Amino acid sequence: MSSRSQRSVLPGFGLTLGFTIFYLGLIVLVPLSAAFLRTFGMTWSEFVAAVASPRVLASYRVSFGASFAAASVNMGFGFLVAWVLVRYPFPGKRIVDALVDLPFALPTAVAGIALTAVYAKNGWVGQYLEPHGIKVAFSEIGVFVALTFIGLPFVVRTLQPVLEELEPELEEAAATLGAGRWQTISRVIVPQLFPALLTGFALAFARALGEYGSVVFISGNMPMRTEIAPLLIITKLEQYDYRGATAIAVVMLVASFVLLLLINLLQKWSRRYHRV
Amino acid sequence: MSVTATSITKSFGRYTALDDVSLDVGKGKLVALLGPSGSGKTTLLRIIAGLEHADAGSGAIRFHGQDVTTQPAGERGVGFVFQHYALFRHMTVFENVAFGLRVRSRHQRPSSREIAERVESLLGLVQLDGLGRRFPSQLSGGQRQRVALARALAVEPKVLLLDEPFGALDAKVRKDLRRWLRRFHDEVQLTTLFVTHDQEEALEIADEVVIMNQARVEQVGTPQEVYDRPANPFVYQFLGNVNVLRDVTAWSETGPVLDNGRLAGDGLLYVRPHEIEVHLHQPGTAGVPAVLKHVHGAGSQVQLSLELLSTREPVEVELSRAEFLALSVRGNDPVLLRLRPTHALEQDYAI
Amino acid sequence: MASVATSLHSRRETAYAAPRATQDPVWVRWLLTGVALAFLGLFLLLPLAAVFAEALRKGLGAYFASFNDPDAFSAIKLTLTAAAISVPANLVFGVAASWAIAKFSFRGKSLLITLIDLPFAVSPVISGLIYVLVFGAQGWFGPWLSDHDIKIIFAVPGIVLATIFVTFPFVARELIPLMQAQGTDEEYAAISLGASGWQTFWRVTLPNAKWGLFYGVILCNARAMGEFGAVSVVSGHIRGETNTMPLHIEILYNEYNFVAAFAVASLLAVLALVTLVLKSLVEWKHHQTNAE
Repeated sequence: MSSRSQRSVLPGFGLTLGFTIFYLGLIVLVPLSAAFLRTFGMTWSEFVAAVASPRVLASYRVSFGASFAAASVNMGFGFLVAWVLVRYPFPGKRIVDALVDLPFALPTAVAGIALTAVYAKNGWVGQYLEPHGIKVAFSEIGVFVALTFIGLPFVVRTLQPVLEELEPELEEAAATLGAGRWQTISRVIVPQLFPALLTGFALAFARALGEYGSVVFISGNMPMRTEIAPLLIITKLEQYDYRGATAIAVVMLVASFVLLLLINLLQKWSRRYHRV
Repeated sequence: MSVTATSITKSFGRYTALDDVSLDVGKGKLVALLGPSGSGKTTLLRIIAGLEHADAGSGAIRFHGQDVTTQPAGERGVGFVFQHYALFRHMTVFENVAFGLRVRSRHQRPSSREIAERVESLLGLVQLDGLGRRFPSQLSGGQRQRVALARALAVEPKVLLLDEPFGALDAKVRKDLRRWLRRFHDEVQLTTLFVTHDQEEALEIADEVVIMNQARVEQVGTPQEVYDRPANPFVYQFLGNVNVLRDVTAWSETGPVLDNGRLAGDGLLYVRPHEIEVHLHQPGTAGVPAVLKHVHGAGSQVQLSLELLSTREPVEVELSRAEFLALSVRGNDPVLLRLRPTHALEQDYAI
Repeated sequence: MASVATSLHSRRETAYAAPRATQDPVWVRWLLTGVALAFLGLFLLLPLAAVFAEALRKGLGAYFASFNDPDAFSAIKLTLTAAAISVPANLVFGVAASWAIAKFSFRGKSLLITLIDLPFAVSPVISGLIYVLVFGAQGWFGPWLSDHDIKIIFAVPGIVLATIFVTFPFVARELIPLMQAQGTDEEYAAISLGASGWQTFWRVTLPNAKWGLFYGVILCNARAMGEFGAVSVVSGHIRGETNTMPLHIEILYNEYNFVAAFAVASLLAVLALVTLVLKSLVEWKHHQTNAE
């Protein structure tokens, strides 16, 4: 390290790298390791009891299930939105394009109460669903709706640049070879977008897994039914069950890190055909 | 199969890419669409392929007399090779070539054994045997170009269209590949149109050259015809070096200015460097007086840069080495220039 | 007459002509655009509109009365304070990290980049929890802190720390790829012309990276002001003391004081809209400077 920096004419390598590592350690690494170290103080059976009780298992099921459903819907509609934004002209396109990032910019608590207002039984949308027996707010569907909202930009934003760079000649080549439009899309376009689609899905899924603010208002927080894992961590904390909270947190952290690794591998994979 | 385009006009917004262009390509010919960038040559090729459509109400495209103007690209039976190949990079070479067969409807689709045989024989034809399992990213530029060609040929097209087929290759590969294309064409006898901006390429391999400029066709003819008898100043200047001379009267006294016909234009004389003779300055001899500035050229031809004494116009002359040695002139020597018989053209004031 | 007839005829003919290979039929375009816009309307526009509709449900008077509350005022103040500390802190970190990463080569660089992104992968709730584990009453430094009468958890420092954690990567992840793409040629040129390291940084590196920097700061700020989960864990929810705007919204909402909750929420929604506008402007500006 030092031999390389000596060769550089630019100053400040030691100072900036030192500060970067110090700050990273202080803010991120040391506190994060606290979670893992805390669980080492537990015996194996204590740990299992904390992370595999029926209520905790139910919360994983809600978190993973709703996140998976929301990320899947976002993959489909995100593809559609990205396609429309890249391919078709329509008035107000730039505003729509900017609006896609709303879930990044709108605080989750605001999103939570707003979604609840819209989908509650007297809300703008809820009033039409409730008579048909569809209960969104304070049900599993509510969790799904909130997670769909916060995951929406991920698939759109990962697909958009890939779609923009897709050469029109590929579609023309398919057309001159006799492929129909649908064959061109399914055999030429989608395979090229597939890594980006999966990456977007994984990002939306990872985000949904940890989400708290937008869900707690709309879910009703019923244990065993609509209680998500992050909420259960807070509940345990409020009961001063620090070990129980930390154990669940460690399970969720490991899941997040596995996803992060997967996303990194996906991005490598998506570049595999581009070696020249 | 012959290809006919009749008065095709195409505009993109206010920009006219093709202005009432007509074209007739005989069966089995190898034809070059040659022109500078923006001349409309690629647009014409794309309209023939069905990738673009001519403006409403303008013209028609016919294949073998049959109107295909409203037919979609996939039904025209054309093979199209794109400038940057447009290979499907998620498919192997084999799958790329097989694509056009695999997307056929069930009752028209060959069995997978027939497809495999067809693909293998095409890969042999383009000299890529054994590379079927590679991905396009693992091939060189020239190899990718031939995969694109094999892919276009797999659907047994009646017309082959190539857009700048060698444009993205380096000089050496380009030369090899274009000679290979000529031999290949002689083998398969498929009506072929290719777009190029490289005059050398067009003149070397095409049966017929279509020269385009600013949305119009300037001249159609064999390479010999368009080079020796350019229809107008644009073609003259586009194909090879040319001297543009102002003093037509002086030159007409030195040689047969009007031997090869007249051209419409602005009264300027267009003469190729090899169409001028150089003589030693001797009193009483006819010729336009000039002074020798530079001599260059190491091969069998020698290029002389001269300057006319009267107008100080620069003139380029090309002589064989033997002629130049016989002349024995050096820098700043005064010389006389004359037109060689049979190869000079004057432009007329009249049309 | 005849010419009109033929031109009409041929016009009809090309209307039936096959579409270009990259174009979909008009009805498909309309259908897909319609479905996409309906989806966005349902999931984005309606909730956004609901914030303002609910806030103004009982009229402007009730809306503005919601802000005439010392607790709301102190929540706004705390939110601004937390952002005012965490954004500059992460800005300094982002600039330092991107200088080291983009302008020098060293081993373990990609690991470092992954670690910087780590807070994005951590649930906000867990982000709060880890600080409780370090500084809380039962945490590593808990006894020491209480001996010295320093409060971090359930106090402003904890809120600031949690906010710094969740906004940690924003500036760095915008700057690193941008500065990597720009390379070091201009810096070397400046040094060779006699500029000092500082001068090179201020006059060459920073101006080149300013739009990326601004972009990162905008996003960092939006998240800092809006963070809920992490702050919720460390705050202790003491009204007038440790409540940020999002936490204040939760309390009002749970007390069924909907108009006041949505009124405060409307401020954050406006902040989100301003963020989106600025973000689009920066993207447009950046696109322009790149196109030149």
